[in-house]
Amino acid sequence: MAPSATPFPVYEHPWVVRFAHWTNASAITVLTLSGLRIFGAFPSFGPKIPQHDLIEAVPDAITLGGWLGGALQWHFTFMWVFAGGGLLYVVGQLASGHYRTVVFTKRDVMGVWPVARHYFFFGPKPAATGTYNPLQKLAYTTVILLGGLLLLTGMVMYKPAQLSSLGLLFGGYHGARVVHFLAMCGILAFIPGHLVMVALHGWDNFVSIFTGWKRHPEYAPLEKEQ
Amino acid sequence: MDPRVTRRELLKLSPVLLLGAFAVPVLRDRLIEAGVAWSDAASGAIFRPRHLAPMFADGDVVPFERFPYNGYDVLEPVIDFDRWALTVGGAVRRSGRYMLDQIRALPKVTQNTRHICVEGWDAIGRFGGARLSDFLDLVGADPRARFITVSCADDYYESLDMATVRQPQSLLCYEMYDRPLDRGHGAPLRLQLPTKLGYKQAKYLMTLDVTDILPAKRSYWGDQGYSWHGGL
Repeated sequence: MAPSATPFPVYEHPWVVRFAHWTNASAITVLTLSGLRIFGAFPSFGPKIPQHDLIEAVPDAITLGGWLGGALQWHFTFMWVFAGGGLLYVVGQLASGHYRTVVFTKRDVMGVWPVARHYFFFGPKPAATGTYNPLQKLAYTTVILLGGLLLLTGMVMYKPAQLSSLGLLFGGYHGARVVHFLAMCGILAFIPGHLVMVALHGWDNFVSIFTGWKRHPEYAPLEKEQ
Repeated sequence: MDPRVTRRELLKLSPVLLLGAFAVPVLRDRLIEAGVAWSDAASGAIFRPRHLAPMFADGDVVPFERFPYNGYDVLEPVIDFDRWALTVGGAVRRSGRYMLDQIRALPKVTQNTRHICVEGWDAIGRFGGARLSDFLDLVGADPRARFITVSCADDYYESLDMATVRQPQSLLCYEMYDRPLDRGHGAPLRLQLPTKLGYKQAKYLMTLDVTDILPAKRSYWGDQGYSWHGGL
């Protein structure tokens, strides 16, 4: 037990959060791999003629589906898993009020730098004030917004005629395709940082995303969470 | 921590394990088939028959030479243009062969619309032709029929839901860029459907049938794994 830890276990992740975490992690994996295969069919954001590819070939090892049609089948199946998991998460968090632990607000702005300094430059460790520190809140809130952006731009690319009004937000089919790709890059940038942090924070923390309960938290559990 | 509590909390996650079915090949094929069928059903359900796909100013149209030719096999299949006619059958009152002049005599629509390929590229082009719905009225198509099927001079074939066929931008297209269709783009007649992906817009049309039942061979690319609906 770390010296700052409390002896009480806390129920850190409600069922909805854990369930959505694992469905969305699965969906994001499938959608990224199949999406890269789809991108490989036309790896460009320019015109068809003349075609300027951004990459010679997307390596097979990071794709799913075998060919464009197969990749689209995976994508058109798991987009529903992702949409369902995302919706469940947002509705569950709003209904329970648990979103307050994760949403990045104005009050968190000043707290980001001390945490970043601690992790990246070995500065002093800021005192834990809640379930998530300000840098975590910033990262999680960003990823949730990126997920929403991926859904919206995906809908525009899937139905550019039916959803032409929504498409205007992103500059039509073309713009949606660019934003969709960039949002995926954003999520891909988050994942390694997330995994490193999980590895650094040990077994008790890791177990909590399965059972919800965290032993020896670094912060005192709130009354209502006990 | 009480291990019973831990176990109960873990059990709540067990539905996620259902996703593991995607790792079993037999189940995977069925699940993905169901996923694609569900997506197609949703595509049909959200299709708005009177909603127009975006149209563009003349200045947004790509130059003709930069509008891609895209064929699955040959761009110039053998067609006897002098004797060409569209053979119409199925649930219609006036089946038979329809000459290009009869199709040209229908009200002409010219539209600048975005052509989107399943591969991800797109190009805004200028197309001219007769509304499919006008042509169906001309041949006396059964208004309750659910589909049309078409076959092509190059062994390509396709089928379409009637809601899309009757959408006002869905054309029997005989012109591109104010000139008769050239061979690579599907002369003498092709489908031009701004609410469908490119592979649904069959070229080199030879036959058109109105039907309630889709044949086993329903869509050249759809039969190989692309979405049958292919709607935008």
